[in-house]
Amino acid sequence: MLICSLSIFGIVALIAYELVARSQLTIHKFGLQFFFKQAWDPVNGDFGALPFIYGTLVSSIVALIIAVPLAVGVAVFLTEMCPKFLRGPLAFLTELLAAIPSVVYGLWAVFILVPILREHLNPFLMKTLGWTGLFTGPNYGIGMLAAGVILAIMILPIISSLTREVMTAVPHTQREAVLALGATRWEMIRMGVLRNARIGIVGSIILGLGRALGETIAVTMVIGNRPEIVKSLLGLGYSMSSVIANEFSEASDDLYLSALIEIGLALFIVTIIVNAIARLLVWAVTRGAPPRVA
Amino acid sequence: MALPQKSRKANYAWRMFANHMATGLAVLSTILVVAPLIAIFVYLLYKGASSLNLAFFTKTPAPVGESGGGMANAIVGSGILLALSSLLGVPVGIGAGIYLSEFGRGGKLANFVRFTADVLNGVPSIVMGISIYSLIVLPQKHFSALSGGVALGVMMIPTITRTTEEMLLMVPNAIREAALGLGVPNWRSVLSISLKTASPGVITGCMLAFARVAGETAPLLFTAFGNQFWSANINQPIAALPLQIYVYALSPYDEWHRLAWAGALVLILLIVISVSLVRYVTTRGVLKGAS
Repeated sequence: MLICSLSIFGIVALIAYELVARSQLTIHKFGLQFFFKQAWDPVNGDFGALPFIYGTLVSSIVALIIAVPLAVGVAVFLTEMCPKFLRGPLAFLTELLAAIPSVVYGLWAVFILVPILREHLNPFLMKTLGWTGLFTGPNYGIGMLAAGVILAIMILPIISSLTREVMTAVPHTQREAVLALGATRWEMIRMGVLRNARIGIVGSIILGLGRALGETIAVTMVIGNRPEIVKSLLGLGYSMSSVIANEFSEASDDLYLSALIEIGLALFIVTIIVNAIARLLVWAVTRGAPPRVA
Repeated sequence: MALPQKSRKANYAWRMFANHMATGLAVLSTILVVAPLIAIFVYLLYKGASSLNLAFFTKTPAPVGESGGGMANAIVGSGILLALSSLLGVPVGIGAGIYLSEFGRGGKLANFVRFTADVLNGVPSIVMGISIYSLIVLPQKHFSALSGGVALGVMMIPTITRTTEEMLLMVPNAIREAALGLGVPNWRSVLSISLKTASPGVITGCMLAFARVAGETAPLLFTAFGNQFWSANINQPIAALPLQIYVYALSPYDEWHRLAWAGALVLILLIVISVSLVRYVTTRGVLKGAS
């Protein structure tokens, strides 16, 4: 049993070691500059990861902007408002959303979501919000926005189920106390529940972010796969995970391979940090830490 | 509050308005979340069911341009990959879970292992793919079913470890004490008393991990690699259902799109059936023997 649990350490250590060892070439050649360069030129051996970092960050942020309000809304509805007979089936449905493999999300996005975006949502956004500069340029359908939307659908169940868990952990006396002061139901939820659960909710959002950063297949299928930095969300982009998925098997020389593995290493480190922060926050709330009232 | 009468009334109206708004928004967001799920299922059934036929389950992929063909080799390949991954993931995961709950409970090492398991759980699947690639595929110099199985197996470990631990923690201490009081050695009490009592929950955890890796594509891209032909050799590249769906979905051929939808339907039915089975078992009381 001890060996089994130590093997978990072993696995994580091996992953880290392999990633570091195989990316030595680019680490030595480019140093930190690797993460701030825009060039991605396999032919001339010039590599910079900035477009991919940009694509990953922007698509994840778009996903969070869409998913967070919805997820918290669902959690509030399911824990505080929903009639009992609906609670079970609805919770099950949202959990089912988490069980769908990412390749199926990708398939759905390519054939259903992208046409909807291209025909309906994008023209609307270009007309109403075109002046911000975020929704301009050619309307491909695929691109950053499509990636953000499909990521949002994928991280929703994670955020909402954890938020639900944190909200149910808030003691009932808190709710009763606020209600006894004459609060409406919404005020009770806002003051009694959300305020006490907010650290846990932030934790669950960060956990969702961790998932969004590392998501590969669905994003690769819709983000457009062009290593450029475009301000418009309708433009084509590229993410860290999808460049690995697309180009890893064609990477012919060692430097190219090493550049891709270094991107993988960066992704590994970032997701570890993000997940660690999130876990600590969620634990702090669900493990019976005294609720903080501000 | 010493507010004048009028503004108190307005204040009350505002509070009721905010209350109704919040209720409405919560209902709306629930609808918005459930809608894509239903849309995905409807399209899957609609597109997938119309292209499912016997050939899908019995034939290998047809060459480009020819119609017909199926994904029989991918279904078998997925089965082999999942069997390999379970061989690795289930024993290691359960073992680590037993350690966390029975031997190392509350210890520093156990906390550290728990944290590492969570870290492993968060490692992006594509990163898992490239590390297994450089660990197994590069030294072997060829893609193989074995490396794909290892990649999936490693991804199963954290889920199984954490659920095993949680289920074992629910076993009442009185049962352990009763066993020890009868003079049973500790290892025996752990295996035949604690683990046996918690076994339905542990099996649930294994099924969940299984369902999760069954749909993984990214770690297989550079390990199992995919194969257009029959292969049951674990030292050769092997086809897998999610990989095949991925390749077909991105191809320009309508015939292949049709097969991708059918494959997705089969995959999702597999996963939904196992997840609902798990849910059915757990809601009927996981630890019946324990209470």
